Amino acid sequence: MNKPYNDIKVFQRVATLVLAFLTVLALLPILLIFIASISDETELIRSGYTYFPAKLSLDSYYYMVKQSGMILRAYGVTVSVAVIGTLASLLFTTALAYPLARKDFRYRNALAFFVFFTMLFNGGVVSSYIMWTRVFGIKNTLVALIVPNYLVTAFNVFLVRNYYTNSIPDALIESAQIDGAGELTIFINIMIPLAVPAIATVSLFTAIIYWNDWVNGLYYITDAKLYGIQNLLIRIMNNIQFLKVSTNVALLGTQKVDLPGTSVRMAMAVIGILPIVIIYPFVQKYFIKGVVMGAVKG
Amino acid sequence: MQTRKPRKKSNTLPLLLIASPGIFYLIVNSYLPMFGVFLAFKDFNYFKGIFGSEWNGFENFRFLFRTRDALVMTRNTLAYNAVFIVLGTAAAVLVAVLMFELGKKRRVRLFQSALLLPNLLSWVVIGFIGYAYLNADTGFINKTVYKALGLPAVSWYSTPGPWPFILVLVHLWKVTGLSSVIYMASISGIDKGIFEAAQLDGATKLQQIVRITIPMLKPTIIILTLMAIGRIFYSDFGLFYQVPQNSGRLFDVTQTIDTYVYRGLMERNDVGMSAAAALYQSLVGFLLVLSANALVRKLNPENALF
Repeated sequence: MNKPYNDIKVFQRVATLVLAFLTVLALLPILLIFIASISDETELIRSGYTYFPAKLSLDSYYYMVKQSGMILRAYGVTVSVAVIGTLASLLFTTALAYPLARKDFRYRNALAFFVFFTMLFNGGVVSSYIMWTRVFGIKNTLVALIVPNYLVTAFNVFLVRNYYTNSIPDALIESAQIDGAGELTIFINIMIPLAVPAIATVSLFTAIIYWNDWVNGLYYITDAKLYGIQNLLIRIMNNIQFLKVSTNVALLGTQKVDLPGTSVRMAMAVIGILPIVIIYPFVQKYFIKGVVMGAVKG
Repeated sequence: MQTRKPRKKSNTLPLLLIASPGIFYLIVNSYLPMFGVFLAFKDFNYFKGIFGSEWNGFENFRFLFRTRDALVMTRNTLAYNAVFIVLGTAAAVLVAVLMFELGKKRRVRLFQSALLLPNLLSWVVIGFIGYAYLNADTGFINKTVYKALGLPAVSWYSTPGPWPFILVLVHLWKVTGLSSVIYMASISGIDKGIFEAAQLDGATKLQQIVRITIPMLKPTIIILTLMAIGRIFYSDFGLFYQVPQNSGRLFDVTQTIDTYVYRGLMERNDVGMSAAAALYQSLVGFLLVLSANALVRKLNPENALF
């Protein structure tokens, strides 16, 4: 019996080594932009982005604080979009999932197919774009960042539906009905409170999607005032001077502010991922649970 | 005395009302654009509008498939997805098996967190990360790696050759952690007794993996692969648009159907061609999902989507 035991030990050591190596590979790219953002500008231009900069400096962050107007504005846009989008999405999704979980609902199958079909076929971005811009006129509005594509997805609806049917016994609904509760009461007072774990997962997914979304902005926003953080990043990647143009000259007085473009670029990227990196350790559990929940059956 | 069953109040209307905001949204967001596919058969003109523009039959499709673009984008979309499916599955299964063998050790949590992190970054940020490595003047590869190796600097964003490798690497970096979670859940479902019995019979860990874990994972692998094949006509717009920084010199190896549709619509203002490409993608994609599902149904009806 000694041999298999040793075998397990050896195997676990190898597994640890391989996974540790992959972990380093996963983190190194993210580390590079962090280090680059606190590297000295002249050093960066001389020796490029590196893990071991000869000189560190917080100039890029000082610069961004001085120019914080535009960045804060973009943050404001992204935060509003993420909060409003997530709340609206939750309301729509949990409500649409509820009738799908009721076995005595007459149009249950038809409605399920109606939702499901959106996963199979779509009209494509061209007709969506023409519709949203020509018919609904949402170009350059906050609506454009919130409404198209993400508000209700079949995936989330089925995730919540499955949670309702698997975790909330029918008897509970029946007894509420006997007590004279209407459908809306049952939905609000019973289903929503009991589905909190599923709701937490869906909100997490949705909030991340809104935070990271740049596609709606790319299609529908040309007004820089409405740029969220991701679209500001795209703009800066194409033209780092964009940060400078908006500078309020009067505010800065006569003092010339040089744009440390090479490091500021990376500092901006860091600003873009900071909230995610900060909340990640706390929400990780729900995230993994959600992935498994969604994968079991769509 | 008559006993009458108390008639249950119909719940149809209240339930429909509760669902109505979601139904309305899906009609607008998903169903209306389905009817918009007729744009592919029009010579769209912004001034004449959706209904005012003239019909031109299959002209857009004829033009589209006469260009080299149609071939390039179809080839790229299919080839990248094929490589992603093969390498992505292999990497995810490997990671899942290794993590599972470590059991509930503290470090598993750490590994999993780290491997999942790239998935939470936006493609824009990943584009920035790529820039930190690949930029010709200040990139890590040119300035550090190639310098150390004594190789001449490469202008990465205008050299197509290495891009297939770069894109595959970036894709694996981003998604492996996530897909391994699914395989791990599937491995946890395997009856522990089988492993114990094998161990009693003197099977080594490696033998257990090859003879038990992998075969037990086969249904999951097959189902996920078939579902991926159903989506093989769709590409990740962010990967192919942000990571190559929209560089025109790279289109030959980075253009997919999704980037082509975007560029046609937003950059070349060619709504008709773009709509034709989008419809081509939707239709072939639809047929592929249906066939993939039919196959899954045959193999294992429980896992079929419908």
